[in-house]
Amino acid sequence: MIYFDNAATTVQKSDAVIHAVTQAMTGIGNSGRGAYETALSASRLIYQTRLLVAQAFGVPGPERVIFTSGATQALNTAIFGVLRPGDHAIASDLDHNSVLRPLYHLQKQGVIDLDFLPADQTGRIRKEDLAAALRPNTRLVCLCHGSNLTGNVTDPAPYAELAHNNGALFLLDASQTAGLLPISMEDMGLDLLCFSGHKALMGPQGIGCLCLSRRAEVSPLLYGGTGVQTELPDQPPEYPTRLEAGTLNGPGIAGLHAALEELSRVGMQTVFDHESRLAGQFVRLASQIPGLRLYGDFDGLRTGTVSLNVRDYPSSEVADELAVTDNIAVRAGAHCVPRLHRALGTHAQGAVRLSFGWYNTMEEVETALAALRRIASC
Amino acid sequence: MLRPKRNTLVVTFHTTAEAMAMEVLCREHAIAGRLFPVPRALSSDCGIAWSMDPADRPQLEALLQKGEAAYDEICELLL
Repeated sequence: MIYFDNAATTVQKSDAVIHAVTQAMTGIGNSGRGAYETALSASRLIYQTRLLVAQAFGVPGPERVIFTSGATQALNTAIFGVLRPGDHAIASDLDHNSVLRPLYHLQKQGVIDLDFLPADQTGRIRKEDLAAALRPNTRLVCLCHGSNLTGNVTDPAPYAELAHNNGALFLLDASQTAGLLPISMEDMGLDLLCFSGHKALMGPQGIGCLCLSRRAEVSPLLYGGTGVQTELPDQPPEYPTRLEAGTLNGPGIAGLHAALEELSRVGMQTVFDHESRLAGQFVRLASQIPGLRLYGDFDGLRTGTVSLNVRDYPSSEVADELAVTDNIAVRAGAHCVPRLHRALGTHAQGAVRLSFGWYNTMEEVETALAALRRIASC
Repeated sequence: MLRPKRNTLVVTFHTTAEAMAMEVLCREHAIAGRLFPVPRALSSDCGIAWSMDPADRPQLEALLQKGEAAYDEICELLL
């Protein structure tokens, strides 16, 4: 199989990640639930991973790295944890349902007012629209760093500056870019950084992070055991424990630790250059195929994700043809970004998404192009 | 029979992450000690604490005054 759905998850993991997960599943206990060696080994591993994440993403301290089940839990924790009755929040057409649905829910409950920055037909938003949308009671501005549909990357720094100048917190959804592009909370002015470990970071599924600036105060989403301050009726107020009720995913964190080390060894720039070469070659040649339409802005910074349609064929049928005839795995449909599909005019047809990754080759790209030429010619 | 008791410096923490940071800090500065269950005499908590020789207390407190680690309490106990 040729796997081109790395934006959903990177299927192939390094031997180091697999070994780390296996070792954790056979050797570590429950962090914070004992002072014997197997429990301590879990606590040490988790703390070392906090240090690695803090270093990799410019987080102000290891205690500000919150482990979650993935980007979805990180985003829900952030959104429900900072917004209060009467607040105003701003998101954009680029956002994933993991951002949209928590916000819609709060809006529907009458807790918040909500506005969206519109995307143009290339899937770009404008910071001028944020400046116009900010209100005195704007508490949170959410930005999608890399679109999971178009692959376009938005520079967060100017949006963060506008948000801060207005007294708002700034959230970056880096689900598609963590592990692929340099991200520094400090340099970019991020208050809440959310990502999963199983996409570009190439770690296991079931692990993600919410990273906090010193300004960000987040109420818990989950309540439960923490292994400390047992007599307190509420969650302990200190981070990370405040936001980490229940047993942490030790094997997942072990895998994330190994993935971060592996990425450091290979070099994030090396991975980015490889994926850019594959995506760039694909875009160059695909744009010459009659009947293909590509979506996005191809001039700026991009991830390895490209979306397209073939003639007026339903995207699901094209994806199925690629899977059945050519053994190529791509993602059809709406990709959990309904607002962006509406902006691009692809709400009915959906789109066929190819997302290239570290383990893909140029030969695989050529195979996909040949398959698309055949489908488009029919 | 339990081990013979001796005077011990105990540091407690708000979170497990703080305890881990203390272990790393003490290892870096060659302060001998170990993590162990929070003594019931100090807290009904089920967390972990750091135990060490009280003779090394000045060295530890010098680090803590520089803000090198977060903690809850420091005390000496016969453990």
